Amino acid sequence: MALLSVKDLHVSYGAIKAVRGISFDINEGEIVTLIGANGAGKSTTLNTVAGLIKPESGSIELEGQSIVGLHAHKVVQRGLALCPEGRRVFTQMSVAENLEMGGYTRSDAENKETLEKVYAHFPRLKERRGQVAGTLSGGEQQMLAMGRALMSKPRLLMLDEPSMGLAPILVQEIFDIVKQLNAAGTTILLVEQNANMALSVADRAYVLEIGTIKKTGTGAELLVDDDVRKAYLGG
Amino acid sequence: MEEEVMTEKRPIISAGGGPRLEGAARKTLPMPVRYAINAVVVLVLLVLGELMIDGGVVNRYQSTVLEQVGIYIILAVSLNIATGYLGQLPLGHAGFMSMGAYGCSIFIIRMSEALGVGARDFVTGTPLALALVLGGLVVGGICASIAGIIIGIPALRLKGDYLAIITLAFAEIIRVVMLNIDDVVGFDLTGGAAGLTGIPGYSSFLLVFGCVAVVCFLTHTMMKSRHGRAILAIRDNEIAAEATGVNTTYYKTLAFVVSAFFAGVAGGLYAGCVGVLQPAVFGFMKSIEILVMVVLGGMGSMLGSALSATVLTILPEALRAFSEYRMIAYAIVLILVMIFRPQGLLGSYDFSLSRIIERVMNRDFPWARRAEKGDEAAKEVGADA
Repeated sequence: MALLSVKDLHVSYGAIKAVRGISFDINEGEIVTLIGANGAGKSTTLNTVAGLIKPESGSIELEGQSIVGLHAHKVVQRGLALCPEGRRVFTQMSVAENLEMGGYTRSDAENKETLEKVYAHFPRLKERRGQVAGTLSGGEQQMLAMGRALMSKPRLLMLDEPSMGLAPILVQEIFDIVKQLNAAGTTILLVEQNANMALSVADRAYVLEIGTIKKTGTGAELLVDDDVRKAYLGG
Repeated sequence: MEEEVMTEKRPIISAGGGPRLEGAARKTLPMPVRYAINAVVVLVLLVLGELMIDGGVVNRYQSTVLEQVGIYIILAVSLNIATGYLGQLPLGHAGFMSMGAYGCSIFIIRMSEALGVGARDFVTGTPLALALVLGGLVVGGICASIAGIIIGIPALRLKGDYLAIITLAFAEIIRVVMLNIDDVVGFDLTGGAAGLTGIPGYSSFLLVFGCVAVVCFLTHTMMKSRHGRAILAIRDNEIAAEATGVNTTYYKTLAFVVSAFFAGVAGGLYAGCVGVLQPAVFGFMKSIEILVMVVLGGMGSMLGSALSATVLTILPEALRAFSEYRMIAYAIVLILVMIFRPQGLLGSYDFSLSRIIERVMNRDFPWARRAEKGDEAAKEVGADA
């Protein structure tokens, strides 16, 4: 059975239909990516799965149990962590306090253990643990946001545009970490505009266009697909 | 008291301007000792104040002003929970204050009639009268929190200016209800425009500042707890807080209701201090006055709220002759602070006696640190040359 299974999801913002009948599955241990242009409905899909937005219709199941309509904080308890778009760290808290907040749904003893694992993935966060998060660089803030999401020990980690606004060298670093996390056993759902990068790390990918799924396949397949190349990879 | 010193590895997480001794063993005070030290200091100050009043060093007028100071400290500290810690901008604090004032005084008046407690008993402080007063303050707080829940649940869906306007309107509704409820319902409750009279003068220096201590203590412990962290997370970034598993609706309402409860207690104390309640007192300007105290002191700083509440209460009294110009002075002070120190006088700094004692225990003084830095700078210069 798929870890996460979304069927015929419809989401609207008032009169505007953002997602029109999306279905996809994620299996344990995979990296799955949703790619597409601005306004394709990628982030909306992610936010809906995370419980930040209520869908109009459709089903979202985590290991066969419906999580539709659950509040975001309940969804986190079920083992889905969202690393939201635009980083959104707690700017006035220190790095360590941010991570501690990430383990909000877990016990202190668990957090102590998870914290060491997160620091192992992100040594830079350990160096900066006493620093106020608002003064970190963009790349470090992205790492912090990812580390914070990991602190809840998620079954599925959802990353919303982790490469947004980062220098190419940092984008590479972030994606290396994504691969590393996956190798360490975390299932990842990745939403990206940087299709090239996303497809190169993903096991499977879904191409979204104006709220519907246009194409699906393995990352490697789509990377050489003519339509995808034309539309998202610049020829 | 026995000096109990524990040596432990410094925790990674430290609030505010954390100490610099990275990794090194640092002497810290265990929590019970911290509480004990603070409790002793507070008790000494309370007794000292009471002795000064009894001894006639502080006259009746001055002690009334002191009571007002304490009441405004509670109001500012409680509003600071909603503005400084939760990061919202409610403009209806006077509404909660009036709910508390009316709730508390009506309860005390009715109950003392029923139980046969005279006005004299409140001054001499019989156990029954004291119990009534404490009960009244709690009733006032509860009345205000009910108002807080009613307004909080719809209002907290909104942000910033929308929340400000909706709370402002709600406080006006409370004021108008207080004014007209007697006529509409047809029996004596608030006394309408003529005011509620016959409130025994139960507020005293000890009671007011005892409440100040309790309110500050409860606020402090709440903000240091897991709940407080959740509230601060909402202020920093609501979506991220939600995504990390914080029930944002619950915690926003909780902070708002706690803030209203303390405002209600302050209202109860105010009623006992002034003796007469008129709805007109709890108008829009009162809310603004309290907000000014918080903004001026520094949003998120309890000490800042307390300090500016003290200054802004005493100043108009000292400048009694010019009290008409008080609002102009407010405006000018606010403009200057916003231009030169937008984070408020104290920013988010908060005073901690234990932290200072720990510094002394570790010989970690600001001037020593400056000297160290100077040495390093000198070394660097030397290396360059």
